[in-house]
Amino acid sequence: MSGGRSPNGASRRGGWLQPMVALLVTAVFIGAPLWLVLVTSFKPQGEAQRPNLDLPKVWQPIQNYLQVLSEGRILQGLLNSLLVVLPSTILILVLGAMAAWIFARRSGKAASGAYYFVIAGMLLPPAVVTLVLELRWLGLANSQLGLIATYTSMYLPLAVFLMTGFIRLLPIELEEAARIDGANPTRIFFWIILPLLRPVIATATIMVVLFSWSDVFYASFVLGGGERATLPLNLLQVASAQLYQNNWHLVFAYIVLMSLPMVVLFLVAQRQIIAGVTSGAVK
Amino acid sequence: MSSAETANTYSLAQRSLTTRKLHGSSHPWWFAAPAIAVMAAFFVVPNALNFVYPFTDWSSFKNTINFVGFSNFADVLADGTVLKALRATLIYAALVAVFQNVFGLALALLFERDTALNRFCRAMFFLPVLISALAVGYIFQALLATGGALNGTLSAITGQQISIAWLGNTSWTIIVVTLIHTWKWVGLTMIIYIAGLKSVSVDVVEAASIDGANRWQTFWRVRFPMIAPAVTFNVATAMIGAMNSFDIVLATTKGGPADSTQVLNVYMFKIFGQGLFAQATVTSLSLFIVVVLIAIPLIAYLRRRENIL
Repeated sequence: MSGGRSPNGASRRGGWLQPMVALLVTAVFIGAPLWLVLVTSFKPQGEAQRPNLDLPKVWQPIQNYLQVLSEGRILQGLLNSLLVVLPSTILILVLGAMAAWIFARRSGKAASGAYYFVIAGMLLPPAVVTLVLELRWLGLANSQLGLIATYTSMYLPLAVFLMTGFIRLLPIELEEAARIDGANPTRIFFWIILPLLRPVIATATIMVVLFSWSDVFYASFVLGGGERATLPLNLLQVASAQLYQNNWHLVFAYIVLMSLPMVVLFLVAQRQIIAGVTSGAVK
Repeated sequence: MSSAETANTYSLAQRSLTTRKLHGSSHPWWFAAPAIAVMAAFFVVPNALNFVYPFTDWSSFKNTINFVGFSNFADVLADGTVLKALRATLIYAALVAVFQNVFGLALALLFERDTALNRFCRAMFFLPVLISALAVGYIFQALLATGGALNGTLSAITGQQISIAWLGNTSWTIIVVTLIHTWKWVGLTMIIYIAGLKSVSVDVVEAASIDGANRWQTFWRVRFPMIAPAVTFNVATAMIGAMNSFDIVLATTKGGPADSTQVLNVYMFKIFGQGLFAQATVTSLSLFIVVVLIAIPLIAYLRRRENIL
């Protein structure tokens, strides 16, 4: 892709200005805060108490990170997060694709009514307090299953929205050819539609994982903390616990470890992620 | 009875035969049923219950739940905390919508060209989107605390002791918190604006410059109107995201000082933790009503405007 230079030649005139400004803005607004996180996570407690941008006088990165790993229950939190985020994402993708196929292909009031019924959840806030009550009735409160149900209902609308828009652009002839050959709907869906959805499945996966991986609000209502705490909920617990009070070196070591999976994912799949998140927004 | 049953089966069979002839069985409803069921069970039911439980005395202190009419609402009006939280939520959402779009568009224009440096800068600004909002809150607490990194750096630059309470001012700390919220999400707004700007055809821009338009005019008269869908998307997601904000406020100010940054979700979290469940549903219902009354008409307006352009 070539964004092209500005047609009136201004890009040549400002040849050095734009790169200077770009670097400065990025260094001040992104570089400085991230630098603070990194250097503080390498410092001993005394130096970290009043956080600043100075390099550590005493470097103890290994000690800090090992302490977080052993005392911060970070591996338990990681496992808990995976146990909730993975099933939610798979459920959202499968249920979302199945529903989107119907909403995209059926015409009529019932189909569009059902479509808006599902995607209303993109705008309207979930009623989290009464959701907890309902989960108690169902015996799902304080359980991973309850949080899976919560995330699935929260992010399913987004997946249905993205996928319905995508399927509407697919030519229907592919399906019709298969139908004439005698394929039933289940076969058509799994053998023809689903493989074509790969780009939009990637987009939906990224969005759902991004939101559910960092959620702490719904997790705290549904799980109420304790043993099953996901990574961010565990951060909330340990950051307010005795161990971490004013211990910025440990809080920041935790934050670095917790953010690592998402940052690595981004570095590996940067192109797809950016193409994905912009696809729904620009017609 | 058996004849009625037979008739019933027959009419069912006949109906399914008719739909089969149309297009029904090629896209059967049962494919959509699980998604509809999940939304009905875990989204619609709680929201319906949310219209009932504000009228009860549901709490962790009693074993029974009784209807108490409007007394929770009367308490809320008398106490004023929910109203204050409502006001904070609206200010928060408005500021975030403005900041995120102004800064997002400015960054998009700054990093628009596809140079290696710009690609790097875009990726850097996208990093906060990937970090959890709670972590972002803690980062800025360390930066903005009175003895934190920002005051330290300012002191070093100016040569005098600077100790501004960035997170401790009842009148403008809410602006600081919305700027932190903006910092977390502006990378997303930015890349959507960049995608929007790229979708504007080069020919149109060239035609404008041949007609003698300068860069400023070309942007506001030609390119900006053509990125209306991106504006709609960005304003809508910024507003909705801001109205549901929680983590950043909790990690930076916990709603303080003097409840000045206490948005509805933070207040709901606190009183839910105290076992005042019915009052928490009043707060939750307030949020629902605010979104229905403000965000949805706004989005509808922006979409209409897109069609006119």
